[in-house]
Formats: sequence, C-alpha cells, structure tokens
Amino acid sequence: MSVSEASHDTAGTAAVHEGTYSGGLWSWVTTVDHKRIGIMYAVFAFFFFLVGGLEALLIRIQLGSPESTLIDPDLYNQLFTMHGTTMVFLAVMPLSAAFFNFMVPLQIGARDVAFPRLNAFSLWVFVFGALFLNSSFLFGGAPDAGWFGYANLTSTQYSPGVRIDFWVLGLQILGVSSIAAALNFIVTIINLRAPGMSLMRMPLFTWMTFVTSFLLILAFPAITVGLVLLMFDRTFGTSFFNPAAGGDVLLWQHLFWIFGHPEVYILLLPGLGIVSEVIPTFSRKPLFGYPFVVYSGILIAFLGFGVWAHHMFAVGLGPIGNTVFSATTMLIAIPTGVKIFNWIATMWGGSLRFKMPLYFAVGFIAMFIIGGLSGVMHSSAAADLQQTDSYFVVAHIHYVLFGGVIFALFSGIYYWFPKITGKMLSEGIGKAHFWLMIISFNLTFFPQHYLGMHGMPRRTFTYQEGLGFEAMNLMSTIGSLVLGFSILIFLWNVFHSLRKGESAGPDPWGGATLEWAIDSPPPHYNFRVEPVVHSRDPLWAEGGLDVDVNDPTAPEPHMPSPSLWPCILAFGLVLAAIGAVAKALLIVLLGAGVVVAAIYGWAFQPLER
Amino acid sequence: MSETAAASAEMHQSSTGLPSRKLLMWAFIGSECMLFGSLIITYLVYRGRSIVGPYPEDLLNIPFITVTTFVLLMSSLTMVLALAAVQRNDMRQGKLWLLMTALLGLVFLAGQVYEFTHFVHEGLGLTTNLFGASFFLLTGTHGAHVFVGVIWLLTLFVLAVSGKLTSENAETVEITGLYWHFVDVVWIVLFTIIYLLV
Repeated sequence: MSVSEASHDTAGTAAVHEGTYSGGLWSWVTTVDHKRIGIMYAVFAFFFFLVGGLEALLIRIQLGSPESTLIDPDLYNQLFTMHGTTMVFLAVMPLSAAFFNFMVPLQIGARDVAFPRLNAFSLWVFVFGALFLNSSFLFGGAPDAGWFGYANLTSTQYSPGVRIDFWVLGLQILGVSSIAAALNFIVTIINLRAPGMSLMRMPLFTWMTFVTSFLLILAFPAITVGLVLLMFDRTFGTSFFNPAAGGDVLLWQHLFWIFGHPEVYILLLPGLGIVSEVIPTFSRKPLFGYPFVVYSGILIAFLGFGVWAHHMFAVGLGPIGNTVFSATTMLIAIPTGVKIFNWIATMWGGSLRFKMPLYFAVGFIAMFIIGGLSGVMHSSAAADLQQTDSYFVVAHIHYVLFGGVIFALFSGIYYWFPKITGKMLSEGIGKAHFWLMIISFNLTFFPQHYLGMHGMPRRTFTYQEGLGFEAMNLMSTIGSLVLGFSILIFLWNVFHSLRKGESAGPDPWGGATLEWAIDSPPPHYNFRVEPVVHSRDPLWAEGGLDVDVNDPTAPEPHMPSPSLWPCILAFGLVLAAIGAVAKALLIVLLGAGVVVAAIYGWAFQPLER
Repeated sequence: MSETAAASAEMHQSSTGLPSRKLLMWAFIGSECMLFGSLIITYLVYRGRSIVGPYPEDLLNIPFITVTTFVLLMSSLTMVLALAAVQRNDMRQGKLWLLMTALLGLVFLAGQVYEFTHFVHEGLGLTTNLFGASFFLLTGTHGAHVFVGVIWLLTLFVLAVSGKLTSENAETVEITGLYWHFVDVVWIVLFTIIYLLV
C-alpha cells in the first residue's frame, strides 16, 4: 500500500487520469476502454432501472385501492410485462455487466478485456436493443404476455399486432449482447490474469463473474431457440406451439425455464461476488473459507441447470418429475447457506467498520435469507401448488431480486464509486438512503406474503372490495412510493458527491485486491507496470505489492485505438429487427448488409493504429 | 485479423499460453452446443407427432444424404490439409485446400437445396406439419452455419491469393478450422437422429 500511496502524490500521474474520461461524445461512441464502457453500461442500466421502477409504481398505485380504474387491464398487462422484462434484462443484468467491465480487468491486473471491440459491441447491442424494446410503447403498445411469455398466449391468435414481435426480437438481440460479453469475460479471466494470480487467488467478484459468464453462454441459447420457434410461428405460420396441429405449449415452458432458472443465478451470483468483496474489506479479515465460497458458487451454477421444472409444478409433470425437481431445488439451499455462514464467519471477530458498503451488504444478507427461506418453501411441490401464481411468489422473488440483488448492487456502487469516479459518496445521505430503502422495501413486500396466502392472484389488474386485501395492498403501495423516494435520495447523493464529495485517493477502504493499488479514477491503461501476485489478498501482504504498478518512469503502455465498427454492427442488427417488426423485407436486408459490411470493416481494421 | 493477434500479444501475456482468440472460439462452440442441443430436442420431442403427412419415412432419402454427408466429412480432411499447408508456409497447397474445403461445403449446401426443393415438390413445406417445421428449422440452421463457414473460407482464400495470408496467420486458419470441424460434427449428430433413426 505504501508504494501506491507514494506514487499517488506525484503530480505527473494525477494529470494523466484527468484524461481517463475526457473527450467529447464521439470519443464515448467509439471507445473500446473497458472503464468507459462500464460507466455507459451503468448509466443506461440505471436509466432503465428508473423506467422499470416507474412501471412498478404505476402497478402499485393501481393496486392501492380496490376496483381502481386508473389503469385499464390492457395497460396493466403491458406494465407488468415490461416491468419484469426491463428489470431483468435492461437493469440488473447490465448493472452487473457494468461492474464486470469496470472491475474485472482491474482485479486481475489486466489493462483491458481480451477483446476490447467485442466489449463495445456488447454495450451497443444492449443499448439499441433496449431502446428497440421500449419503442414498442410508441407503436401499438408494449409486450403484454408476461416476462415469461407463455405459449400460446403469445400466438397470433391471442396476441395479434406487433407487441409480441417487439418482445421476441428484442430478447434475441439482448441475448446476442449477453453472450458476446460473457464469451469476452470467460477469455479475459482465463487468459489475462497477472503473473502469480492462479484461479484460487482470484478475488471472489472475478470468480462469480467467471461462473456467471458460463451460465450466460449455456443458458441463453435455450431461450434463443424458444424465441426462434415463436418467431417462426408468428411470422411464417409454423405450428410449434399450436396444439391444434400437434404442437406442445409445454415445450415453450421447458425451453424458457431451462434458460429462466439459470438466469436467476445470472442475476444473483454477481451480487454474491460483490458481498464477498465488501465483507472482508470492512471486517479487516480475509474471507472465511475462500475455497468453500468459490465452490459453492460453482455448485449453485451447476445445480441451477437442474431445477427448471420447479417453475412448472402446476402443469402436472407427475410425481417423479415433481419429486426430482423438488429435491434438486432443496439441494441449492446448501451451497447458498454455506456462503451465508462464510460471510457471517468472516465478520465474526473482525474489526468491523460500518461504512455504507457494509450496511448494504448486511442488509443484503438479512433480506436474502428471508427470500431464500420462502424459496425453500416453494421447493416442495405440494406447498408450491398453494403458492403458485399468488402474491406469495411476488413477495419471494422481490426478496431475492430486490432485497438480494439490488441491495448487493448498491453495496457494490458505494464500494467502488470512489474507484470509478475518484470521489467518495456521502455517508450521511447514504445512511438516509439505506434506512429508508430497507424499511420501505419491507413495507412494500412483506405484506405480499400474507396477500398471497389469503389468495390474491398475481397479474390481475384489480381486486374486489371486502376480500380483506385492502389494508395490506395500501401498505404495499405506500411502501413502494417511499422506496421510489429512497432511490431519488441515492441519485441526489451521486450528483452531490460528484460535485462536492471528498477526494477518494487510490485506496479509501484499505482493500486487499489489485484495483486499490492504482489511482481513482484509474489511468486509461490501468497498470503502468504489470503487478505480480503472491497471495489472495495482495495489498494486505506485508510490504504490499513488490512492484510499483504506477511507476511514472515506466514507458506508457499502448492501448487499442477507438473503433466505430462495433457500434455500426450493433446498429445493423437492430435495423434488421426493425425491418422484421415492420414486415419490411427491404429494411431487413439493409440491416443484414450493414452487419456484413461492419463485420468485414471490423475484421480488417487493426486493433492499434 | 492477423493484426489483432500481434497487437494483443504485445499488450497482454496469456496466462494459459493459449491464444485468446482460440479460447474464444472454444467458448463459442460450447454455447453453440446448447443452441443445437435445444433445436435437436425440439426435433425429437415432435418426432412422430405430426397429424398430417408427409411423414419422415415418406421423404427422407438416406442414400442421397449419405453421399452429401461423405462430402462434408471430406471437407474436414481438406481443412486439416489446408491448415497443415499454411503452417509450413506452403501457400500454393494452402490456397488449394482452402478453396477445396469451401467447394466441398458448397456441394453439401447444393445437396441441401436440392433436398429442400424436392421435399417442397412432394408436399412438405415449412408450415405443412410439425415434421416440416422442425426439420427445416434444424437442418436450415445447420446449413446457415455451413454457409457462414464457406464465406469465411472464401475470405481466407482471397486473402491468400492476394498474399496477405501466410504462415504467420496459421492461428486464424486454425480457428476457422475449429468452427468448420464443429459444424461437421453437428452434422454427424443430425444425420444420425434425423436420417438413421427414421
């Protein structure tokens, strides 16, 4: 640590990082720097987090009173479909991707990802795909068949018009982005680790990124095939999901959930990685049982492929299917529990510093345990039949995905914001954000357990008076409005801290991993001199790093040149999708032409010019 | 292509000693396995569930497809010969075998076009029944992969003719080969489950 602090004081390096984010709009469009790409992922993801949040608030306001006529059933269907789709694909996944992008190369001591232009491509496909999906609100309405899009609700018979076409094409495009990014991170983590960083010395966040990337490349093809079958049914008139012609609607459910359950862990594992970074740092103790935490993450991912049919207990798979999937689902509780005990054991006897990242990490553990316990309840097929399609399930998924993932992501934001921007987030405003968020979160979602047990169904736009649902729905709605307000407090914290926050310095928290060895924000080449790693917690080793990674006398590393081709290629893909929705073959062909031209332009453009 | 490899070699060491682009192709092939796996499962689930004809046993011409299958498998041999030639910088042979691989791929595709049109004449369209839909989607996806491979091989051939492809780019040819062999292996599976199990 002493080494990095010494070099931080040199005026020369300070001047360099001023330039990390400088440059006009064009420099951001053509950038291949993983840090800038990470920031753009974060900004767009947070924008769509707000969009998805507004959709949720409209849903809650509608349900705040019985027989409300504020929102009609048609709009309500669009809102809950787009709320789910947006939060999963446009908010949480890209927010995780933002952290993958910014932190993984820093944590493994690399100067960038293995394929910087492929990385830019992933970003722009996500951005254009997200805009494409949301543009449906302007053209005949948004998708309205639920985020799971069950066949044959999505057939042209029951869903005429272009709404489902937007959903089918939008998700295929977003799949391209996710797979490209995941391939990139797999190769980056395998191949660009600093000397001495063996797999079992990698930081937990990098490990979970690695595992998540494998889940992505193996799970997304299943939904892609499902979407292609659906597209053929809707566009070309095949009968894959048409029971009248022998088609089987359950095939959709299988293909969707073979993707859909690993997707739950795609959302969750990066959060588990963040918490496994934050807790050791703020306990001043190495992670308790590091190999157990790593192997538990791998086991969760592995088992995640064997539990999909627990989403389908209500379809009647028969006793053997239900039993097998009940058992595998219960098994997942074991590695998840192992992780929780390891986090608690890490904090046990540590010198805890309750800064904002630790607040959110501890909040995560508490909320995630509640969500995990209701998850174990669903794993029993008999119990699940009582709970399925009720608000109990809504409460469960929000305890896992909001109480779990969003709290973990906020922990990561408070933890790494100083590294990314060079400014500390305000602890005072942060505390207001945290307490308001955790109280209103519980006010919003805890009553939903009872609503579900009392029989309130999901995805229904209203309920009648006198069923006993009024009070708890009103509580939930009030909670959601406060929850929305707490997000505004966070945004205020960001704007306030960017202008007036105290300077972070390279290592404000006393972290153990390589990202804290370099300045905040990092220079565009990250490490001037390649670090050498001898342990799991390199900066906590006696004497710190044995190389001065910021040595200003070392030659400045060459970095890849900016490129516009990734953005053009992404645009071509979406152009083809626009043509497909508009049923205009000419636009499809034009889009395909742009794609081919961009691939060749990209392939023949040197990485460094 | 080639420039990328040189530049990234300068920027990063490789932790495993393997080129990053090769790892990328292997990971991509892993993902493709799930794609074809899902399509194959769709085909198998719908096997024997068409409620109107024509049915597979009415149409599938095993001797004909055996010939095109042989052609495609031979293209894997020529791919290996192309890589070996490029590695020893024998670009005359390299060009020959690259072109030969692409041509064998084209012969396979021509066989597929003939088969598809023949089926349509016999009354099996994409929308006729579940067999038509799942057959055309599965073999069509494979054919699209062969087509991409042919374009890729022809690009390499043009580069070789213009002298831009030498033994320094052997890695690029090797990665093309990985893709090409994978597409061939997928066909062996499809040949078995569609034609031999009819």
